[in-house]
Amino acid sequence: MINRIKNVMVIFVLATIGFVMSLAVLNMPEFADVNAPIHKHVAPRYMQMSYEETGVPNMVTAILADYRGYDTLGELTVIFAGGVAVLSITGRKKK
Amino acid sequence: MIELLPPNLPYFASIALLLIGLYAMITKRNLIKKIMGLNIFSTSVLLFLIAMGYREGGAPPIEVEGVTHYVNPLPHALVLTGIVVALALTSFALILIINIYKEHKTLDSEKLTKL
Amino acid sequence: MNPVIIRTITRVLVPFIQLFGLYIIVHGPVSPGGGFQGGVVVGSSMILVALAYGLDKAETMANHSYRIIMDCVGSLVYAGIGLIGIAAGGMFLQYGIIPLPFTPARINNLMIFLIGSAIGVHIMALVLSLFLHTAKEAEIDD
Repeated sequence: MINRIKNVMVIFVLATIGFVMSLAVLNMPEFADVNAPIHKHVAPRYMQMSYEETGVPNMVTAILADYRGYDTLGELTVIFAGGVAVLSITGRKKK
Repeated sequence: MIELLPPNLPYFASIALLLIGLYAMITKRNLIKKIMGLNIFSTSVLLFLIAMGYREGGAPPIEVEGVTHYVNPLPHALVLTGIVVALALTSFALILIINIYKEHKTLDSEKLTKL
Repeated sequence: MNPVIIRTITRVLVPFIQLFGLYIIVHGPVSPGGGFQGGVVVGSSMILVALAYGLDKAETMANHSYRIIMDCVGSLVYAGIGLIGIAAGGMFLQYGIIPLPFTPARINNLMIFLIGSAIGVHIMALVLSLFLHTAKEAEIDD
């Protein structure tokens, strides 16, 4: 009986969250619109000048390793810290 | 008949995945199922980021002679970082769950909160 | 499941999977791919060997000390390439000013290729290391 009330309450909370997010999504610019404001600030410069400045045809690799190299260095540090954490827990001696 | 579909349909798919992940994290009692719900939840956010970067009729972002209409390459680079961070998070959580099982011999979250 | 079928198919397929993963890592600057994707492909081929033949056979593919060395080389090469920019008189991670007899576009191409290879080696060692340590930890003897 308590379980049934808990299930109904959980579904009610999730439905409220879904309804509010749907209202927010319906106000966004249309899907696959060429004139959306997301394509206006720095992405046209990456699309036009990435082959002359870096000499690499792949735009995603040029962004990851040349224009945004700091973020890739931080990501390598994060996954290195994850590996060190796993190795430090499994290397303990048995009691 | 096709006009009855809501506009921005791929964003609704991302919202559906988010709700499924939240339901799994709240309702299930096993600890491993909660961690799988966390993984689905982070995947839904990355799907939303990639769906925002599509332009109509665009080519893949590799430089080819004679093509000037590309897809936005910036969300692809951000999502690659996000996938790797989710991998490190899931693996560390699974190691902690193994040690909890060795210590208390149970994986039930209702019994573990009554310690 | 019959172990003979899985072992025969693994023995045939694993060299081709590793060769394809190496192709994805090296062709990072030219076609879709790069360090992260190729590293995960090569690492998962070693997980396939661990599932078919047992954990000890997969341990002989890469020792504990080799895995630790490959793990550290990835981050050190990246930081070293960043410090080369400071040694040549520019900012951190500005590697277009190195006094080599190439145009700046070719220097950038070479450095992006080196960074991609270091990332691939790092991720390959890390994926195998995470799987082997989790599997050994979960062997519970009551």
